[in-house]
Amino acid sequence: MPSTTAGSIQRRLAFFLIASAMLLALILLLITRQFTGQIAEQSQDNILAASAISILESVTQRADEISVDIPYAALAMLGNVSDDRVFYQVLAGEEHLTGYPDLPDALSADDPAKRRYLTGEYQRETIRMVQLLRRMTIGGETIDVAVKVAQTRNAQQSRLSAITNRLLWPGIAMFVLALLLAAISARSTVQPLRALADSVADRGLDNLEPVRAPVPIEMAPLVNSLNSLISRLKINQHRSEDFIAEAAHRVRTPLATVRSQAEIALMRVERPENRQSLKEMIRAIDESSRAAGQLLDHAMVSFRSDQLTLTIINPAELVIDTVARFQPIADMKDIQLNTTTDGSCKINADSILVQSAVRNIVENAIKYTDREDVIDVSVSCCKSWVCIRVIDNGEGFPAESTSLTERFTRGSNAGHTVGSGLGLTIASEVIKVHSGRLDIASNPNGSGACVSLYFPAC
Amino acid sequence: MRQSLFSCLLILFCYGCANAFEIEEQTRLGNEDATHTLEIISTADRELFTPLLTDFLRSHPAIAINYTTVSSTELMKAIYTEGVAFDIAISSAMDLQTKLANDGFTRSHSSAISQRIPDWARWRDHVYAFTREPAAIVYSPDALQGLEIPQTRQQLIALLRNNQERLYGKVGTYDVRSSGLGYLFATHDARFSDIYWRLSEVMGSLGATLYCCSGQMIEDIESGKLAIAYNVLGSYAQARKDQGANIEIVEPADFTTVMLRSAVIPANAKQVALAGEFIDHLLSASWLNKGDTVYPFPAIDLNPASEQNAYQPIRLGPGLLVYLDDFKRRHFLREWENSMIQE
Repeated sequence: MPSTTAGSIQRRLAFFLIASAMLLALILLLITRQFTGQIAEQSQDNILAASAISILESVTQRADEISVDIPYAALAMLGNVSDDRVFYQVLAGEEHLTGYPDLPDALSADDPAKRRYLTGEYQRETIRMVQLLRRMTIGGETIDVAVKVAQTRNAQQSRLSAITNRLLWPGIAMFVLALLLAAISARSTVQPLRALADSVADRGLDNLEPVRAPVPIEMAPLVNSLNSLISRLKINQHRSEDFIAEAAHRVRTPLATVRSQAEIALMRVERPENRQSLKEMIRAIDESSRAAGQLLDHAMVSFRSDQLTLTIINPAELVIDTVARFQPIADMKDIQLNTTTDGSCKINADSILVQSAVRNIVENAIKYTDREDVIDVSVSCCKSWVCIRVIDNGEGFPAESTSLTERFTRGSNAGHTVGSGLGLTIASEVIKVHSGRLDIASNPNGSGACVSLYFPAC
Repeated sequence: MRQSLFSCLLILFCYGCANAFEIEEQTRLGNEDATHTLEIISTADRELFTPLLTDFLRSHPAIAINYTTVSSTELMKAIYTEGVAFDIAISSAMDLQTKLANDGFTRSHSSAISQRIPDWARWRDHVYAFTREPAAIVYSPDALQGLEIPQTRQQLIALLRNNQERLYGKVGTYDVRSSGLGYLFATHDARFSDIYWRLSEVMGSLGATLYCCSGQMIEDIESGKLAIAYNVLGSYAQARKDQGANIEIVEPADFTTVMLRSAVIPANAKQVALAGEFIDHLLSASWLNKGDTVYPFPAIDLNPASEQNAYQPIRLGPGLLVYLDDFKRRHFLREWENSMIQE
């Protein structure tokens, strides 16, 4: 039965790791781009300034007139670094002297700075421009001579995109690596949780031991509360089993009284119909006390399972002893009980539990067997196993026999026969605590059942 | 393949109409009923260029070429000032070609072929150089008989100084005021060495004759009108010499200024794709097809080890804009006139 889920820790963790890797990569890319952009712009600014300075130095005064003799290197140096278009202008105050007259102005009138950089638009292209000022006195008049040198930014842009492209592949590779690492770390983080879930899921129904395997600190509270839940469950189970045992015990004693009273009454009554109903009554009382006995047995098995008292016992003796006790009941139904035992082997087991298992199996066999039939009980030894087998000629088991070992489950063909459905459960639990095996099969020699209890030999 | 070559010579000297640029010669080549016409404006002589054009027409039989010859200054006027639509502009004036490209009058071209040529042979993928033509000293062996032939400018100065009477009026060079190429050679000579100014003064003192074009200088040397000419386009002289003219060529050993003839696609070109193919044609004939017979210019050796050490190629790039600056030009021309014209 899957419980409702709300997301996955592994997925969430992986998502956060990937998202943060992506964010970091993006930030790094932007910073690098910004940084290289600044460096590229700075180097362009420097060379523009160098060019403008050499032009400004060529501005001379000749016979009260300003003369400009631009050095070849001033513009050639711009061509050395890139293939970009170059524009320049020399101004005396507001008056255009030479160059490109419509270049934008980087200096405002009230701006005293001597050097200005500007990124602007000229001839439908983005340009980077530097503007320098020099104060000259010409014919007694003070004039600010301005030199502007501008260059388009194609080379810078293409260099920038080349850098970005070159960064892109390592970036993608890093991202894929981060993806892989995120998946691995998310998986390994969730691993202890998964291990805990598996170990709890693998437990048997009645394994109520606390979880003892070491877990990460973060999971300790979960394990602690799980353990405390388990211990409460255990207490609860003990309590309910105690209650059942107590109840069964309380019911059995009055039932015995009722039965003896009914037998006395039977001896006194003459009329056949009255006798019949008294017999029915006695049979019902027998069934009830047997059910109560089984409940007690079951509670005892549950109780003893927790604290086994193991002794070396001879299964043959035990079986003979147990079967002997059923002789009177078998006689009542004219059932022949055959016992074949091999006394050569021993088992290390809790004799009370084994006895209880055998008792329940034989009891079942007698109950489901018709009058005047045969039940074979055998003890056989092989190398590592001791097999106690009970074969009857009753109705046998229906096909789906695995669930028969569960509590209060009875075969679908049990019909009118009265029973609690605890017999096989008791046997199976006893077998389980002894690390044995319970085989339920059909009688190989005809109709009926064949129940085999295997115990490890010692 | 119907390959017809017809030419109609239209000499349209357009005096009087001040706004129109001046055409020296206009030739139509190729298919008469061509669907497309490639309009080429060029400073190169039509005779020199024809092999390259016919070779192009051979691979493009459906088109015709309209080849307009102008001076470099008129080429600039046509495209920069008047905005006349041409598909290709070919000029020896590297500075003017650079200015066209820098000021946004050209469009870029990029192809598998254009990427294979050296970086210094193109600028911004707009200006594509396809020749390397040295500026040479050309002389008449008859006129200089018995004299030591100068190999450097220093020797040329000495020759002129020592034979003032014999060579007076027999020295020629470009008039840098009217010739774009002459101006380019002169400015770069002056940039490479100060000896240019001393040479100019000596030539000026000998009453140097000033020319618009290399062709006329070569003709005058051939006819004996000139004994020696400085900064003549070596490629033209070599072509004329190969045709049997009695002239000799010296590439100055101190340094030889080398001009790169270049082609651009004007921004308002109509046959852009065809123009690109034509540029690729020029580039593959020059840089990639060494020794091609249709290539009329000196073969380009791309191996730097075998390069003549004296070669000083003029570099394409914004440095060329400097000499087009009004102040710079005025300044340079004043200096030049001071030394060259000594009436």
